[in-house]
Amino acid sequence: MIVSIASGKGGTGKTSVAVNMALSIGNVQLLDCDVEEPNAYLLLHPEINRKEPVYTSIPKVDRILCNACGECTKFCQFNAIFVASEKILVFPELCHSCGGCAMVCPKKAITWEKHKIGTLNSGANDGVTIVYGELDVSKPLAIPVIKAVKKQIKAGGNVILDSPPGTSCAFVETVSGSDFCILVTEPTPFGLHDLKIAVEVLRRVGVPLGVVVNRAGIGDKKVYEYCAKENIHILLEIPYERRIAELYSKGIPFCSEIPEWVDKFQQLYSKIKELVVK
Amino acid sequence: MKQLAVLSGKGGTGKTSITASFAVLAENTVVADCDVDAPDLHMLLHPEVNREQEFIGSKLAVIDKAKCVKCGLCIEKCHFGAINTNFEVVAIACEGCGVCKIVCPVGAITLVPRVSGKAFISKTKYGFMSHALLFPGESNSGKLVTLVRQNAKILAGKENRDLIIIDGSPGIGCPVIASITGVDAALVITEPTLSGIHDLERVLTLLEHFNVVPFVCVNMYDVNVTNTNRILSFCKENRVDVVGLIPFSAEVTRAMVDGKTIVEYSPKSGVSDEIKSMWNKMSAFLGAGK
Repeated sequence: MIVSIASGKGGTGKTSVAVNMALSIGNVQLLDCDVEEPNAYLLLHPEINRKEPVYTSIPKVDRILCNACGECTKFCQFNAIFVASEKILVFPELCHSCGGCAMVCPKKAITWEKHKIGTLNSGANDGVTIVYGELDVSKPLAIPVIKAVKKQIKAGGNVILDSPPGTSCAFVETVSGSDFCILVTEPTPFGLHDLKIAVEVLRRVGVPLGVVVNRAGIGDKKVYEYCAKENIHILLEIPYERRIAELYSKGIPFCSEIPEWVDKFQQLYSKIKELVVK
Repeated sequence: MKQLAVLSGKGGTGKTSITASFAVLAENTVVADCDVDAPDLHMLLHPEVNREQEFIGSKLAVIDKAKCVKCGLCIEKCHFGAINTNFEVVAIACEGCGVCKIVCPVGAITLVPRVSGKAFISKTKYGFMSHALLFPGESNSGKLVTLVRQNAKILAGKENRDLIIIDGSPGIGCPVIASITGVDAALVITEPTLSGIHDLERVLTLLEHFNVVPFVCVNMYDVNVTNTNRILSFCKENRVDVVGLIPFSAEVTRAMVDGKTIVEYSPKSGVSDEIKSMWNKMSAFLGAGK
């Protein structure tokens, strides 16, 4: 079963839920798809045993074959290749690796070269194997790194995906293909506003969802009212407690210090399993 | 005209609450909400929309079923898996590159402009605001950020404002890069957690890469004083000015529930004092917004 954990609003506790649930159920693969700011390993403290670069393909123009006709520039929707009379400029940061420029080149002057944009790190701790992607700083395109992380999914096992915040393409890329998505929110106006957008996306992508309310007790009741109205299951509430916040700040998953939470996260996982089978 | 970006790396550290407070404290500014896929600033500043425009971020492939001969070339050549076996374009996966169009032997595919969001020019109680909404699940947030910033600049010029305050999105990817290019300073809001520190370091590296002067604020600094001290010494070593240490306070959430900024809701609180002193430092550095 593949369960993704997402939120809309940042900082609601996605990573905390992902790591605590992973440790509580054990024998699980945890994939951190928040490649801009991967944090799950900071809570899990795995021993990293493999690091490999993530590349995209970018065009390489053979300057002898190229006759500067400009067909590639005309084709490229992303302004990633520019041919002036003397110069050919490729902007790797803008290239989406669609392959079109090479197809339209009448001189067959374009081949592909690798362009490093990130790193894939793999390791394990305490019955949890982790893979996390890390986008190189100053590289804009997170999607290819997320795709590389998701390629590591071992089908048939228990898989937890930690999604980046937001509701745009990186979130969609992460949650697509999941059996279930947990949306972690906080009971505040910001939490609710971003939750609604995330729900809309998941319904469109066709991924079943449920909500975990973190920092329960702060804010107001509107998240609960919204979930009741929309028939969304509230799967778990994590109260706002200073102790939980302090443990998080030190990089300690709270289920390892407050053991009753192991049970609660196991129940959370069983509940999701039931919902998925239904 | 000066530009200040408020960023964080990690989400939920308090960017929007602080930006909104700055908008209240500042004179002579335009605020730009550049967190376009989860914009929250409007819930504190209550803008009245004056102008709305469609945002066309890219193109979308459309297959004419009457012409399509189901040869499968488009499916084979699409790098994004955006055409399904019924020969329909999966909009959420399509990047609008146009490869399918050039490989189609019968000319059944066209590219149409894709409306991916909306941009707004608004007025608030405290001044002007440029903001937007990326439609759920859409891409090209970086381009929409650029549009929001262009609108803010035009607005600032027209209304004679000397500062633009940008509320950025979490992360370090395309929308963040689009939020910081060419700004005069960036204020990074962090929190004293291991994740906060990790994400702060990555954002500071990004700012250095783009030659932006960084400032740091540690929000909820008293949740873990040891980590706060780590941040302070890290910033000292790297010659980054820490301009604010904001204590944890449940008042901030109460203000949010009330739809107000903390400096309006609880002007005499410790949090408000610290935000005011931070704002004074930032506006003095920029020589704007006063």
